[in-house]
Amino acid sequence: MIVFDGVTKKYPDGTVAVHDLTLEAPTGKITVLVGPSGCGKTTSLRMVNRMIEPSSGTISLDGKDTGRMKASELRRGIGYVIQHAGLFPNRTVLDNVETVPRLVGMGKKETRDRAMQLLEQVGLGADYAKRYPSQLSGGQQQRVGVARALAADPPVMLMDEPFSAVDPVVRDQLQDEFLRLQDDLGKTIIFVTHDIDEAIKMGDQVAVMRVGGYLAQLAEPAYLLAHPVDDFVADFVGRDRGYRGLSFQAAPRLPLASERTITLGESARDVDDDWVLVVDGDNHPLGWVEPRRIDGEVTSERLHRGGTVARASGPLRAVLDAALSSPSRRGVVVDDSGALVGTVRPHEVLTAIEEAERPVVENPDNPGAPAA
Amino acid sequence: MIASTWQWLTDPVNWSGPGSIPNQILTHLWYSAIALFVASLIAIPAGLAIGHTGRGRFFGVNLAAAARAIPSLGLLFLMVLWLFPKFSGSSGSAAFVVPSLIVLAVLAIPPILAGAYAGVEGVDPAARDAAKGMGMTGMQVLRRVEIPNAMPLIFSGFRSATLQVIATATLAAVVGADGLGRFLIDGQKIRDYPQMAGGSLVVAILALVVDLLLGTIQRYAVSPGLTGRRTSASRRGRSDGVSGSAESAGRSNTPLDVEISDPRRTVDSQPS
Repeated sequence: MIVFDGVTKKYPDGTVAVHDLTLEAPTGKITVLVGPSGCGKTTSLRMVNRMIEPSSGTISLDGKDTGRMKASELRRGIGYVIQHAGLFPNRTVLDNVETVPRLVGMGKKETRDRAMQLLEQVGLGADYAKRYPSQLSGGQQQRVGVARALAADPPVMLMDEPFSAVDPVVRDQLQDEFLRLQDDLGKTIIFVTHDIDEAIKMGDQVAVMRVGGYLAQLAEPAYLLAHPVDDFVADFVGRDRGYRGLSFQAAPRLPLASERTITLGESARDVDDDWVLVVDGDNHPLGWVEPRRIDGEVTSERLHRGGTVARASGPLRAVLDAALSSPSRRGVVVDDSGALVGTVRPHEVLTAIEEAERPVVENPDNPGAPAA
Repeated sequence: MIASTWQWLTDPVNWSGPGSIPNQILTHLWYSAIALFVASLIAIPAGLAIGHTGRGRFFGVNLAAAARAIPSLGLLFLMVLWLFPKFSGSSGSAAFVVPSLIVLAVLAIPPILAGAYAGVEGVDPAARDAAKGMGMTGMQVLRRVEIPNAMPLIFSGFRSATLQVIATATLAAVVGADGLGRFLIDGQKIRDYPQMAGGSLVVAILALVVDLLLGTIQRYAVSPGLTGRRTSASRRGRSDGVSGSAESAGRSNTPLDVEISDPRRTVDSQPS
């Protein structure tokens, strides 16, 4: 557990970067610090490993005051991932990953095995080990950055906008993979971002900070979306927060309609409907086609691919999106293996949303507190 | 003129005995090496310190720039006048050689200092931040991250200093010391132009050969991660200590496929 206790950072010129911050980052959870530029989120993060020294207040790691530890020792026990990865260009990927184990004097063989295993875990195979950072894409560099931070198996990780320098597709992928990794590792993480979507996605709890280094609200993501504490937070979490809040609501049992399907290569001539769903041999949905526009057999090029697919066990947001994006207005729902279960219409999803309960304010006197 | 220069260069008389071309080359190299060594001893630590701490930058950079403007010949005479009395007791040539070495060292300091300073300062701030954040001490950051990554610029500063020193070491002859400058000075005294031209030619060739040698050393001393040499040859060359599978896999992949070959690229929801 990382505890900020009345931490303030004031620079000699009088600027206050962080103002009396009191915050707990619970063990094994991701705590996201989010806010606009100048809100002190990065400063707060860098005070944990003492890259910046607090002016007053204490930060403790599992009860130990970090101010009393030797800075370099403290840092070796904390994984550190930064925006541009900061790999050492002169070293190979493998050598980069081995940095901290070598600093702490771990055995050669053990270090190597662990580094190779970590590279595998972050999705870079053994053939990347001998490459140099300049030979990798931004996303791959960031994977190495994550592997390097994990190399000495630190219980705590600090991640400073780790995924914001890569393109949105890769970012999404890195986020998903990191969350999967975190499920296994259970590190205590402080994660800084300026992107509220990333904060909501990555955080077990989210601390919204405002310019001047004030903590505006600390809450779980769903709670934050449903109950912003003031105008600033409401504005910051964004206008479509109602829709995004659905991400945290599991879909209830929906009235799924069974759907007439054809497989790829079949003819759609005898279907009398405006749209028909095409599936592959395993009953996995591929896309929709309009039978009256197709003469012969259905080919892959004729598929309308605009619709998204929702998992029956997934969040309501995905189900609603599937219904809204489907050209037939029938949202495709699949099971966990990806096989078609049925379809659902938008109004049915909306009914389900209406019937679902909204998260309630548990402690009206202190609406900023995370739901217990 | 060309023919007579060639004749001087190929005359066996000039290739043996004291004061011959080989002897003067050795002396010339010896002076240059001492001057470069002394200059490096001063300029590299100073440059690294300025680059690492960011302190003394204004002072160091301006001093180096000013030092470039010092006329070598003027400084040489000044040094001889100042030092000659101090060496008068000792054996002859030191009184001329030491001032020459000082002049050459002063000449070599600015480019070496600038290279070391710029090299360290140019290290990716993210890499430096990461190094520190992972728990390296200041010296470890310098030794393991800043110096290796500054190597290309340190080398380029040193090579440019070397070229200047080898070319300028001819000045030693002006005050009576040895070196390839002897051929220029002696040749001028007796109006032996082929000897002067031949001597200059030897200096030029010597400078080029030494630079070539340093270039070769640089190839091996600088990480391929910095030079962009990413051929399979360089990878094979550094294959020590890696498991065979990694190595063979690395070799089968050309560098070009690095950007696109990301097998993890999967999309969660298929479009319907």
